[in-house]
Amino acid sequence: MTASKLLRHETILALLTILALIVLAFLSDKFFTAENLLNQGRLMSEVGLVALAMTFVIVTGGIDLSVGSILGLTAILFGVFWQNVGMALPVAMVAAIACGTLAGFGNGFIITRFNVPPLIATLATLALYRGLAEGISQARSVRGYPEWFFFFGQGEVLGVPFQLWILGVATLIAAIILGMTPFGRATYAIGANETAARFSGIRVNATKLWIYTAAGFLASLAAIVFVSRVTTTRSDMGTGLELDVITGVVLGGTSIFGGRGTIIGTALGLILIQALKNGLALSGVKGDGTIVVIGVVLIGAILAGAIFDKNRGG
Amino acid sequence: MTAAASIGRSNFRRFLGGYGQEIVVLLSIILLFIVVGAVNGRFLSDNNINSIFAGNAYIAVAAIGMTMLIISGHIDVSVGSLIGVIATIAGTLAVSGYPIWVAWTVPILFGMVVNAGVGALVAYTRIPSIVVTLGMLSILKGGLISATGGSWITDMPPGFMIAQMRLFNIPSAVYFMVVLTIAAALFMRYTDFGRAVYAVGGNIEAARAAGINPERTVIGVFALHGLFAGIAGILFATQLQVIQSTVPPNLELTVITASVIGGVSILGGTGTVIGSTLAAILFACIGSALIFLNVSAYWLRAVLGLLILATVLADMIRRRRSK
Repeated sequence: MTASKLLRHETILALLTILALIVLAFLSDKFFTAENLLNQGRLMSEVGLVALAMTFVIVTGGIDLSVGSILGLTAILFGVFWQNVGMALPVAMVAAIACGTLAGFGNGFIITRFNVPPLIATLATLALYRGLAEGISQARSVRGYPEWFFFFGQGEVLGVPFQLWILGVATLIAAIILGMTPFGRATYAIGANETAARFSGIRVNATKLWIYTAAGFLASLAAIVFVSRVTTTRSDMGTGLELDVITGVVLGGTSIFGGRGTIIGTALGLILIQALKNGLALSGVKGDGTIVVIGVVLIGAILAGAIFDKNRGG
Repeated sequence: MTAAASIGRSNFRRFLGGYGQEIVVLLSIILLFIVVGAVNGRFLSDNNINSIFAGNAYIAVAAIGMTMLIISGHIDVSVGSLIGVIATIAGTLAVSGYPIWVAWTVPILFGMVVNAGVGALVAYTRIPSIVVTLGMLSILKGGLISATGGSWITDMPPGFMIAQMRLFNIPSAVYFMVVLTIAAALFMRYTDFGRAVYAVGGNIEAARAAGINPERTVIGVFALHGLFAGIAGILFATQLQVIQSTVPPNLELTVITASVIGGVSILGGTGTVIGSTLAAILFACIGSALIFLNVSAYWLRAVLGLLILATVLADMIRRRRSK
């Protein structure tokens, strides 16, 4: 498969995104303002960070349903480490991110060591990690963080929200790793044919372990940004995040069967979803109506892709 | 004589082997009842046992359809939203004065038609069911909340409340669970369609070569899943005096988990509906047991998560040994 074919879905998606932006700009004069767009970027950062890792996961033919729970668990641990254990805030932050990353490693370990299908393994850890968050917090929220901490979720650098910088850098790194390194090629190879990849000398298990660990790390990073943005910690944080993330990645053209997908596609998919959510809300559609539109867009985009595939004789 | 006995024994052993997971789950339920009952006798009171079984029957009923779907190699992550939509349609019809049988059957038909559509999409376009139902999840959930505005439905006619009706002092929801499980188990085992579902989930090309039409089988199994989700929706709608018009959070995961713990292989082709019903009962028992053991209910999900993980790991290790 050549690069141009790979990028065909992304081209359609880019056109669709531009079309949506134009239509939405006409529907509401508040939509196409720098302030609104930057604010939307702020809102999509958490989903965006996790989606980067999820792209790798789905390209290998796997899935990670536990990312929302890892986010919730990290947020709770961060609050508990700081308030109940008495760690200094930066230490609590590092410790919580370490735990979240370990949770991701746990997923990878179960999947590679015991050959458990990723859907099942992460279904189990979705319940386990969320359960730990609920059990540890006993439904108590943590608030009263110091003022400086809110910089991560509410601050700006050069007029751009801080987390958008994080997301930008992370996107760049992810795109380079997936598109230009041996690790990225190994990721595609595993998704295309795992047995063949194994026989070609690719370290399949190590690659997967890294990817699921990275998913845990990025979900933890998203947790810190999330807590900083909303100023409190609650155990139900990130519930349903996995579905938003997977929708963005799949809309971005990553095949759920693995072997195909790009970071650019994921970025476009996320931008399209966030633009639709925001634009429709500004033009008077109620919040829940926009969820319906996202569902329709997801099925429509995949359907269009499937029809294109058939016409190519694939 | 001895030959007959040994045949009997080997049949029995084969029976045990075929239902290994189901027996483990059943023994866990019995063990739980003994241990928790010994610690706190009130756990075994009629009231509590009734509430464990009746309050969760709808989950078991939904898990029957989900099990069939997973056996055929597919999945539906939107089932929680579908149950919410069906319950709301039923409640709305009942409150608006439609005959009660209309309020019961129309939503079930709705579930079957919607899911047959999903099945057709999955079967003919080869789009993975997890993707299509992910889209359906958004559509159903968003549609439900924007249609109802989150308002609750109350004052439903007493004749409508089918899940609360009792026979021999046992709520009807329990009968639904038992009868539907047995009917579905027989259906999957002894009808051509049931065997076709196993065949399609096991190896779709081999099934096609054997003269099975996989597309029609997939559409049929989705429609059946819609039927069970529909009945589950009616039970859910009528078990309390209000319908909250929102979806119980994570209901789809509870349903899928019941199927998996009950012994369905997510790879398709194996599993039974008896296992999923037993697993749904086991969950309900654990939830209730935590309360009677004075463990905070906030630990429930962590316990369930550990349980799923243990089941899955045990299954994988067993498979590796048998190879």
